[in-house]
Amino acid sequence: MKAREVVLDPLVDNNPIGIQVLGICSALAVTTKLSTAFVMSCAVIGVLVASSASVSLIRKHIPSSIRIITQLTIIASLVIVADQILKAFVYEISLQLSVFVGLIITNCIVMGRAEAFAMQNPPGLSALDALGNGLGYSVVLISVGLVRELVGSGRIAGITVLTPVNEGGWYQPNGLFVLAPAAFILIGIMIWIARLVRPHLVEEEAGAGALLEPGYEGNLR
Amino acid sequence: MPQQQYSTVYTIIFSAAVCIVCSVLVSSSAVLLRERQVENQLVDRQKKVLLVAGLMREGESLAREEVRRRFADNLEPRVVDLETGAYVDDVDPETYDQRKAARDPARSRRAPENAAGVQRIPNRALVYLLRRDGAVDSIILPVQGMGLWSVLYGYLSLAPDTRTIRNIIFYEHGETPGLGGEVDNPRWKGLWAGRLAFDENWEPAISVVKGRAGPPEKDPYHVDGLSGATLTSNGVTNLLRFWLGEEGFGPYLEAARREATVALPRPPRVAAVHREVARR
Repeated sequence: MKAREVVLDPLVDNNPIGIQVLGICSALAVTTKLSTAFVMSCAVIGVLVASSASVSLIRKHIPSSIRIITQLTIIASLVIVADQILKAFVYEISLQLSVFVGLIITNCIVMGRAEAFAMQNPPGLSALDALGNGLGYSVVLISVGLVRELVGSGRIAGITVLTPVNEGGWYQPNGLFVLAPAAFILIGIMIWIARLVRPHLVEEEAGAGALLEPGYEGNLR
Repeated sequence: MPQQQYSTVYTIIFSAAVCIVCSVLVSSSAVLLRERQVENQLVDRQKKVLLVAGLMREGESLAREEVRRRFADNLEPRVVDLETGAYVDDVDPETYDQRKAARDPARSRRAPENAAGVQRIPNRALVYLLRRDGAVDSIILPVQGMGLWSVLYGYLSLAPDTRTIRNIIFYEHGETPGLGGEVDNPRWKGLWAGRLAFDENWEPAISVVKGRAGPPEKDPYHVDGLSGATLTSNGVTNLLRFWLGEEGFGPYLEAARREATVALPRPPRVAAVHREVARR
């Protein structure tokens, strides 16, 4: 498999959120604002790359009977480190992200990539695959965050673009967009558009598809 | 994947090794970053106090040095014994964590049944004195209590007469965005300045009403309700009444009044205010 393909494929054609439908939980929770979506994306990319690389590095020595718990230990440790770093360097945003940084542990993208890719491939390629998937996740998170912040509170990255009525302007913010259902709707629309543009993404028969790739259990966290 | 059989001993040694490496990684990151995190917490707390003291604008981004400088130049943190209302010096106000103390049975007590949903009251509370040209200009008190979904955390700033409200902020809450979440709306917070926290008998009198309140001179004990968020509005009333009352900062404010050197103006009588409101 070529490095280029490994990085670019998860951006659109095999997007972890849009196509594999992984990592939905955090995509709902942290996308009310661009800043939180961006920091969360960085944290996920960091954890994902580091975990895939380290799992791949020791893949030949992991006894298969304890491979899942080994991956989980590595991922959990990296998540704690990421949380500590956020608290030290972007304190206010880390308060807003609250438990969702910790919940990167349960983000299926991370473990999915460790189990499905890093266990069979060398560290360099695994890191690139993780980077690609992390970027794919970030693309969705950041675009959802952008739309939700703009429609829900009239701002982009904290800068008021449409002055809301409450602050003396004309814009009536759409309250739905600051609540979790808006992210569901937006992600749904994105999946729809992706399938319209790339018809080959549509599964041939009901139930078959990316979700059935080995290693995934269809857990939507 | 080639299935290789590993011995039990190998498996145990392998997992122990993974655990040791991971725990070293986790603990060293925690230890190395600890100092910075503690400093962040302090600066974050100081920022909120600057905000309620009017020394920082909403959304203004300040370097941490600037925050520390403004804070050090204008504000004096003090620790108060809530029961006696006296200042105490047995705790360092820089590092005192009131929320943590409220969870510690040795440093707090159970709150009596109250409408504000306060479970435990810390023995010691932090207050901040805003000084202007040497004299105390405002007394800033931390307040908290249940809204509809969540605990609201905020600061109330009072003039030295301990009756006139200067400002209020809520910096942490989980109320519905757009409805109860409007407790952090700057326009709503702007309605509080000049209203009165206590009536002429020094009973906590301020309340958030349903609908609109009059201007502060005419209707000093009421503040506009948050539309569509009656329960959050009631929560704000309840938590202010609690913290201004006997269980909260009542004894401290009483002591502060006794010490205040300025002659305190008499507040308008409630009955007169009600007549005034009825006339409108």
